[in-house]
Amino acid sequence: MNPAILVPLVVLLPLLGAAVALVLGRHRRAQMAVSASVLAAVAVISAVLLATVDASGAGVVVQVGGWEPPFGISLVVDRLAAIMLLISAIVLLGVLVYAVSQGVADRHRETPVSIFHPAYLILSAGVFNAFIAGDLFNLYVGFEILLSASYVLLTLGGTGERIRAGVTYILVSLVSSLFFLSAIALIYGATGTANIAQLSVRIAELPDSVQLILHLLLLLAFGIKAAVFPLSFWLPDSYPTAPAPVTAVFAGLLTKVGVYAIIRTETVIFQESDVSTLLLVIGGLTMLVGILGALTQADIKRLLSFTLVSHIGYMIFGIGLATELGLAATIYYVVHHITVQTALFLTTGLIERFGGSTSINRLAGLLKASPLLAILFFIPALNLGGIPPFSGFLGKLGLFIAGAEGAPESVGGPAWLTWTVIAAGAATSLITLYALTRFWNMAFWRDRDEVEGYDSPLLNSVLEWEGSGDTAVATRTIPVPMVVVTTALVAITVLLTVFAGPLFDLAGRTAADLVDPSVYIGLVFPGGVR
Amino acid sequence: MTASLTLVVLMAVLFGAGITIMLERSLTRVLIGFLLVGNAVNILIFLMSGAPGLAPLLSDGVTADEISDPVPQAFVLTAIVINLGITAFMLALIYRSWWLARLGEKGDLVDDEDDLEEEVEEAEGLIRSSAADDLAIQELIDASDEEFEQSPERPDEEVRP
Repeated sequence: MNPAILVPLVVLLPLLGAAVALVLGRHRRAQMAVSASVLAAVAVISAVLLATVDASGAGVVVQVGGWEPPFGISLVVDRLAAIMLLISAIVLLGVLVYAVSQGVADRHRETPVSIFHPAYLILSAGVFNAFIAGDLFNLYVGFEILLSASYVLLTLGGTGERIRAGVTYILVSLVSSLFFLSAIALIYGATGTANIAQLSVRIAELPDSVQLILHLLLLLAFGIKAAVFPLSFWLPDSYPTAPAPVTAVFAGLLTKVGVYAIIRTETVIFQESDVSTLLLVIGGLTMLVGILGALTQADIKRLLSFTLVSHIGYMIFGIGLATELGLAATIYYVVHHITVQTALFLTTGLIERFGGSTSINRLAGLLKASPLLAILFFIPALNLGGIPPFSGFLGKLGLFIAGAEGAPESVGGPAWLTWTVIAAGAATSLITLYALTRFWNMAFWRDRDEVEGYDSPLLNSVLEWEGSGDTAVATRTIPVPMVVVTTALVAITVLLTVFAGPLFDLAGRTAADLVDPSVYIGLVFPGGVR
Repeated sequence: MTASLTLVVLMAVLFGAGITIMLERSLTRVLIGFLLVGNAVNILIFLMSGAPGLAPLLSDGVTADEISDPVPQAFVLTAIVINLGITAFMLALIYRSWWLARLGEKGDLVDDEDDLEEEVEEAEGLIRSSAADDLAIQELIDASDEEFEQSPERPDEEVRP
């Protein structure tokens, strides 16, 4: 079978599934079956694509409608796209099952199915479309699809708090989309094409100053989406108010789509123009500013949102190094971070149901009440904090080694800068560990009767957030599928460690493709670019 | 590349006006600003297509040099459709936030579910009694001006004509 048939299905299936789910609005069971099977099918297709692409060493390219590039729309699945497709399909499927079982238990108060399922599938279609887009404008369309769906998911239920948070998120996203569209217009004006492979060749022929302007404009648009400091202010204000499963998938995936776009920008589109120094500085600042924000948060959802921003910095650091090892470590880190961040947010959803709050000041005694929950939080927390032997440690180690190797040759900026960012990364890792274990200590280890009048230097600096009141009745039952899904995701984060060797090899092969733009160009234009 | 000066001026004016209005606090004005900037970007794409020419159909001895570039036109059409969808969503969002601003805490409790029909009616009555129809538009702007301050219902005499 020709694997090219599978590529459009990745976008087509979720879109068709969304339509069917909308029609089936009144039949909840049928709707759930449709969405779950669609996402499972995409996961299988992505796995097949990844196996094919990795085995053959070449990518799978589809020219939609048979129009030859650069006139038609190219869909490109190379190793990077296939990895991103597979991991996001798995995470999306897991979170869907979690959301469905939560919805069944709550009589759909948090996630009303008739809207939730179609919006969720359209979000998936947008994410997948962004990953396989071989065309800058198609990438824009992918972004818009996922953003429009995310607006609906974020304001689900339309409560005052969510509308408030949604307005910030929507306005910021709109502005970033306008930047992106303007960048496409200017790039088209300068080169006469939007095909990424052709852009790679044509942009290199432009004067340096023009390249730099276009490059920065594009980075600005993607930087807002990836929540890179100083464009990250919107994220901790908008993500935590959404329903737990929605926050989990937003935190895990949406920012990574931005990171993916930045990887493409840096490697293929702007192969000549070099902003590595800028990326290193921004990466270091994103890590530090993000994690310092996390330190003062009493609410676990907000705390995790700040760590999310902070850890985007590691990926930007790896991209900024622009070496093969740096990119390989970045790709491994992206996969690690998608799973671990989603797992943490899902566990937080369980904590919220079980403990009735998400505030560090009010939660206590959960270790005795539910040892399983304690383990489910503890493993990803250590993982995110970078404790050996977990994947978070391996990813960070890879990035630091890449930085240390690159530093003497002053790859991506002066050597002292690389060393400074490595130091910032190590500090961020430790502070992450501090913030998360502090929460674990208070919520899990502390006895229930110690909450009243509890005084500790650990809690002096935390600020209560208005949204973190008692969110739920503490004794609500936790449906088994929710625990199973969370456990499965935590297991995947552990498996990333166990199979780190083969996975890092795969990331290495992916990075080798990326550092040489002619690989990507050769995929889309087998006969060479005219 | 040649470009029409009129379009450049129009684009600049739309950008300027749009960005200025987007900086306002009222959501309705932000939406209007977004529409203006969105159209300015569309004109920018259009400008980038180069000199205008014949319809992009290669027939009857028309050479490729004489026709307009069709790709930016496809971009603009797509962007217009996307903007339309987002505008519809924004209007719903603005209406919802106006509703919440009018009703305050109570707005959160009112649901669209059938079993809450009575509450909805009660809430609608509340709105009707406190706002004359001809003042509705003015109130909409006032309410969104106050962003989401959950203000209690103001007596009628405080509403500016």
